Amino acid sequence: MSMSSDMNTMGIGFVRTEQAPTLSPPASTVGIIGWARANLFSGPVNTLLTLVGILIIYIIVPPVWNFFIANAITVGKDRTECLVEIPGACYPYLVARFQQFIYGFYPEAERWRVNLTALLCFGSVAWLLIPATPRKSWMAAFFFVAFPVLAYILLSGAFGLPKVATSLWGGMLVTFVISIVGIVVSLPLGILLALGRRSKLPLVKLFSVIFIEFWRGVPLITVLFMAKTMLPLFVPEHLAPDQLLRALIGVALFSAAYMAEVVRGGLQAMPKGQYEGADALGLSYPQKLIFIILPQALQIVIPGIVNTFIGLFKDTSLVTIVGIFDFLASIQSSLTDPVWATPWTAFTGYGFAALFYFVFCFGMSRYSKFMEERLARSHKR
Amino acid sequence: MKFKLVPLAAGLVLSAGVAHAATLDDVKARGSLNCGSSVSLAGFGQPDDKGVWKGLDVDFCRAMAAAIFGDANKVKFVPLSAKDRFTALQSREVDVLARNTTWTMSRDTSLGLQFGPVNYYDGQGFIVRKKLNLAKAEELAGATVCVQTGTTTELNLADFFRSNNLKYEPVVFADADATVKAYDSGRCDAFTTDASGLYSERLKLTNPADHVVLPTIISKEPLGPAWRQGDNPWGNIVKWTHYAMLTAEELGVTQANVDEMAKSSANPDVKRLLGTEGKFGEGLGLPNDWALKIIKAVGNYGEAFERNVGEKTPLGIKRGLNALWTKGGLQYAPPIR
Repeated sequence: MSMSSDMNTMGIGFVRTEQAPTLSPPASTVGIIGWARANLFSGPVNTLLTLVGILIIYIIVPPVWNFFIANAITVGKDRTECLVEIPGACYPYLVARFQQFIYGFYPEAERWRVNLTALLCFGSVAWLLIPATPRKSWMAAFFFVAFPVLAYILLSGAFGLPKVATSLWGGMLVTFVISIVGIVVSLPLGILLALGRRSKLPLVKLFSVIFIEFWRGVPLITVLFMAKTMLPLFVPEHLAPDQLLRALIGVALFSAAYMAEVVRGGLQAMPKGQYEGADALGLSYPQKLIFIILPQALQIVIPGIVNTFIGLFKDTSLVTIVGIFDFLASIQSSLTDPVWATPWTAFTGYGFAALFYFVFCFGMSRYSKFMEERLARSHKR
Repeated sequence: MKFKLVPLAAGLVLSAGVAHAATLDDVKARGSLNCGSSVSLAGFGQPDDKGVWKGLDVDFCRAMAAAIFGDANKVKFVPLSAKDRFTALQSREVDVLARNTTWTMSRDTSLGLQFGPVNYYDGQGFIVRKKLNLAKAEELAGATVCVQTGTTTELNLADFFRSNNLKYEPVVFADADATVKAYDSGRCDAFTTDASGLYSERLKLTNPADHVVLPTIISKEPLGPAWRQGDNPWGNIVKWTHYAMLTAEELGVTQANVDEMAKSSANPDVKRLLGTEGKFGEGLGLPNDWALKIIKAVGNYGEAFERNVGEKTPLGIKRGLNALWTKGGLQYAPPIR
C-alpha cells in the first residue's frame, strides 16, 4: 500500500487497475502430491517415519486381511471344516457359540427377557446421549429410577417370570451388567466422595479419605477374590449375597474411588472466584454446586471420567477369576472344546473379543470427544 | 458399605457359637449340589455350544446329585480356576471339587481336604510325529522336547531322561499355547504334558492325524474329587458315587438296561447295587435306590468315559490305566455288601 502511494505522488510508474489473474498453485503443493509432501515427506525425519509406517502396515495388514477375510472359513458343522493348512478364521465356530457369547447359560426359553432389557437399556442410553432427542429429564428419570427395577425383575425373575439364578448369566450380558452398573453407580458416588474429601467437616472428610485410599490401595483382583472366597467364611451361607452381586458391589465401589479422584481434580481446577461469586449471589451450598461448580468442573474432567469408564469396561473381564462367565471367559472356555478345537480357533475367538472391546471403548472415547467439543463453547482447554 | 456390613455383622454373631452343619444336610436344605468344576478342560468340564456342561468330572457331580436328590439336574456348577479351587472348597463355596485335581501327599495333609477315589488316572506323556516311528518314550534319546516351564512337567521330564541316562534338549515356553505352537511348527521332536492334556492339545495341531501319543507314562497324576476333611459321611457319598459307577460297569449294568436289571436280575451283586436287596443306601443317608438313580442319570463309569473322552470322541483317549481291574486297569471298587 505505502509503496504504491509513494509511486503515485512521484508521478511515474505503472499502476495496475485490475487484479492480476490468480495463478494456480504449483502442482507440487496441491492434490495428493501436495498433501503427501506437506504431511508425509516434509523432512528427512518425517520421510523416514512414513517409510517405517508403510513397512509396518505392509507387514501387518496383509496377513490379518488374509486370516480374517480372504482365507476365512465361513461354513462348516464342526472342526473338520476348519482344519486347513492355510491359516484362516473359523467363523462357523463363532456362529455356533454366538448365543453363548451373548447370554452365557441363560435358559433359551427366557432369553427374550435379556433382549428386552438390552433394548430398553440401549434405547434409553441412546436417547440420553443424542442431543436432538426431546424430554431428556423424563428419560433420565426412567433410566435411573424405573429401569434398574425393571431390569432386575426381567433378568432375575419375579411376578410370575421364572427365576434365573445369576450363576446362569454369562457372556456379553454379564459384561454389560457389570460395566453399566459400575458406571451408573460410580459417577454419583464418586462425586459425593470428591465433595466429601474437600469438605470442611472432619468426619465426612476422614470417611471419604479413608474410603478412597482404601479402595485405591487394593488391586481389583484382590477385591473380587475377597468377595468371592473370604465372605462365605464370615457369613452364614443363606446370608451371603449373591455371587454376581458381590462382584458388582466390588467393582462399583472400586471405580467410585477412582472416579472421586478424577472429579476432585475438576473441583480443584475451578478458579476460586467461581465459588466466591456463587457465595456472593447468596446461593446455598447445593445450589452453588448444582448450578455453578459441578457443571463446569465435570466438563473439565470429561476425558478423565470417560477414561475411568473405559478402564472399568475392560476391567470387567477380571471377574473371570472369580468364576463369573463374562464375555471373555465364555470365549476362553470354548477354545478347547473338542468339537471346535483347531489351530485357528483361538485366534478367531480372541479376534472377535478384540473387535467387541474395541468397538465399545472406541465408541465411548469418540462420544466423549464429541461431548467435549459441544460443551466447549466458551473456552477451549 | 453399610449394605455389606449388616449381613457381615449378623453373620459373625450367628456363626460365633454354631458349628457348620454336615454338608449333606446343607445340600439337602439348599436343594442343589454346588460342584466346583473346571472352566474349560475338554472332556472333563466345559460348557458345550448350547451352554450345557459336559465332561467326566461334570458327570461325576451329576451322579452325586442323582444319588442325593434322584435328579441329576439339581447341581450348580461353579467354574473354578486352578488358583481358587481349594479356597472355594475350604470356604464352603462348593460342596465337592471335581476339577481334575491331582491327589498329592502335601495337598492331602496340609489343606484340610480329603481326596476321593481316583476317577481318572493321568500321567505325563509324550506326543510325537507318526513318521518318527517311535514305540515308547525311551527311544527319544537326543530328541528336542517342547515343555512348559515352571511346571512339575518340566521336572518330571528331567527326572525321566536322567534316570534312563538319555540325552535330550528341552525347549521351554511360558504358556501352554506357545508350547503347542512350537511343537506344531517343527521346533521340537516331542511335546510333553499330562496325557489327558496331550489328547486335547492334539486337536489344536494342523494335522492331528500325523501325531501320536506314546504309551509311556512317566509320572503319576491321580485325578479325583476332593471334599472337606472332617465330614466323613459326606466323603462316603463322594466315594461310593464313583464306586457305584465302577461296580455297575463290572456287573454290566448300563444306563439302558438298569431298570430291567433292577426288576429281573437274579445276581445278588446287582440286587445289592440297585437297592432291591439290603439297605445300603441308609448307611449313606440316602434312599436305597441311590445307585440306580446314578446309573439312570449318567450311566456306568465306562459309559461316562466313552461319552466324554473315549475313542469315539474327538479326544480319542484309550481306557489304559482307567480300565477296570479285570481288564488290566487300575479302576477297582470295594464290594457292596
